[in-house]
Amino acid sequence: MALLEVENLQTHFRTPGGINRAVDGVSFHVNEGETLAIVGESGCGKSVTSMSLMRLVPEPPGRIAGSIRFAGKDLLKLSDREMRAIRGNDISMIFQEPMTSLNPVLTVGRQIRETLMIHQGLDKQAAEAHAVEMLTLVGIPEPKRRVREYPHQLSGGMRQRVMIAVALACNPKLLIADEPTTALDVTIQAQILKLMLDLKHRVGAAIILITHDLGVVAEIAERVMVMYAGRKVEEAPVAELFRSPRHPYTQGLLGAVPRLGSSLAGTATRLAEIPGQVPDLRKPITGCVFAGRCALATDLCRQYAPGLEEKGPRHIAACHYAAKGAVAA
Amino acid sequence: MLSYILRRIVATLPVMAIVALFVFSLLYIAPGDPAVVIAGDQASPEDVERIRQSLGLDRPFLIQFGSWVWRILHGDLGTSIFTNLPVSAMIGQRLGPTLSLMIVTLLLTIVVAVPLGVVAAWKAGSLIDRVIMGFAVFGFSLPVFVVGYMLAYIFALELEWLPVQGYTPLTQGFWPWLENLILPAVALGCVYIALVARITRAAMLEVLQQDYIRTAKAKGLGQGGILFIHALKNASVPIVTVIGIGIALLIGGAVVTESVFAIPGLGRLTIDAILRRDYPVIQGIVLLFSFVYVLVNLMIDVTYTLVDPRIRY
Repeated sequence: MALLEVENLQTHFRTPGGINRAVDGVSFHVNEGETLAIVGESGCGKSVTSMSLMRLVPEPPGRIAGSIRFAGKDLLKLSDREMRAIRGNDISMIFQEPMTSLNPVLTVGRQIRETLMIHQGLDKQAAEAHAVEMLTLVGIPEPKRRVREYPHQLSGGMRQRVMIAVALACNPKLLIADEPTTALDVTIQAQILKLMLDLKHRVGAAIILITHDLGVVAEIAERVMVMYAGRKVEEAPVAELFRSPRHPYTQGLLGAVPRLGSSLAGTATRLAEIPGQVPDLRKPITGCVFAGRCALATDLCRQYAPGLEEKGPRHIAACHYAAKGAVAA
Repeated sequence: MLSYILRRIVATLPVMAIVALFVFSLLYIAPGDPAVVIAGDQASPEDVERIRQSLGLDRPFLIQFGSWVWRILHGDLGTSIFTNLPVSAMIGQRLGPTLSLMIVTLLLTIVVAVPLGVVAAWKAGSLIDRVIMGFAVFGFSLPVFVVGYMLAYIFALELEWLPVQGYTPLTQGFWPWLENLILPAVALGCVYIALVARITRAAMLEVLQQDYIRTAKAKGLGQGGILFIHALKNASVPIVTVIGIGIALLIGGAVVTESVFAIPGLGRLTIDAILRRDYPVIQGIVLLFSFVYVLVNLMIDVTYTLVDPRIRY
């Protein structure tokens, strides 16, 4: 059964230059315990999607429409108070910047304790004991000492571990991780990913992983959703997507991944790139959102937007020529 | 930490020495001869010369300065030319009312200005924000004596809620003491409240943009917890700074406020001393104010370590 069902999510921002349709009609679901990756380049709306799920988009100038059904409740219809009871409790979030996402003037312990005291009604001692447990769980040595320290006394990797401890303290059903490893060293990235996977199995939480790092996707996601210009353009199980990407944009993304040793072998001299730029989301787009940058685009693409169609087993993509594209690739 | 405080106290000595030299020479250079003033209109040149000698005003500048500092170090601020009373005793008598006025004003400012600034930042751009900031501009632009007379007219003369003027020592009860200080504190605090509210708003606006505020929201915290715990503590350093700097404003404002509300404090003493060219008293008061200011600055630096764990000395 689906834990989260998002239908026709539209998050628009009123700006001086017109309405910015950051997310425009995106639908997807996440099953219990499943890991869904949302990928796309900067500005494709993946972060705004995650912020919309938590209703953390500032309103105004933002406006969220559509429906977000979480465990049977439409989050967009809840009062602020009901929504607060869900944040950090049923759904929690890890952010990209561990350096700035923790409050610099409060102790690590206090920042973990807080969610426990708000959501689980624990008293200070019980919450403190649980905070120490959480630090142990995320692999921080000397948790009894660390719990009294401030974020600036910890390294970037440790801070991200603390963020994970904060996020998992209340055993959430859904964890949204917005580029959790982007700001970290490669070796630390691997550790953090492993930790997230371990804890996911232990806690049984579903994960929405937002990233532009396809290596990370391959490693931990079960299903992938590709976003472009505020819309979903493709979705498939991870192996299927990597084996046969249907949408030209996805193909471009996969083509732009550097391969270790490719320059030595002399097979590639230059990394493939997708020409052009993301369209201005403040202007209405007719036709396919990717048409302006697509090598296969025809007049049909420029006039009629393609719908999401079944292109393979559990594999959908929004492209008039997707089947052909897959063959060509 | 303790060694830092000790070092800072030692470091205040040269500062105070420079202040002392400045205070002393300023009055030395100032026009007008205190000997003439004391001698009065009818005095002959001989009388004036005799008085000048008895006060030591005829000796070289450095000798005068040296003996003055020596006496101060022994706790002797000199004797008033006008009343013949020891300056330290005169200041001691007037310290209570001024200190009371300052403390009440300081507390009033913190209690009013900080929440106003926080709310203005939270509701930035809204009507509430504009009203608060409008009041801040208004409060900042009005001179203390205008506010003082307006308040005294409305709340004392028309509504008769509070006394028009005067001062009652704390030893005669809390309410009589406070009652006399409310209007002066509001009048004196206006500029200060405006300043602190503006800085609080600016500091809060910056902090509310930070990633950790988003984290706090994502954790399910309520608005109060986000604003007053997660944000305000981070915004404290500039707020504490401006509260401290504002004490200088208070010292200047107290002089005017005490005159408007007839409070027998140091401000009144200062004005009287200046009008009478009572040099020892002026010097004593200025030295005291400078010392208080240096002390307040030290307290600000120590307070930083309480609000921000990243600041360590």
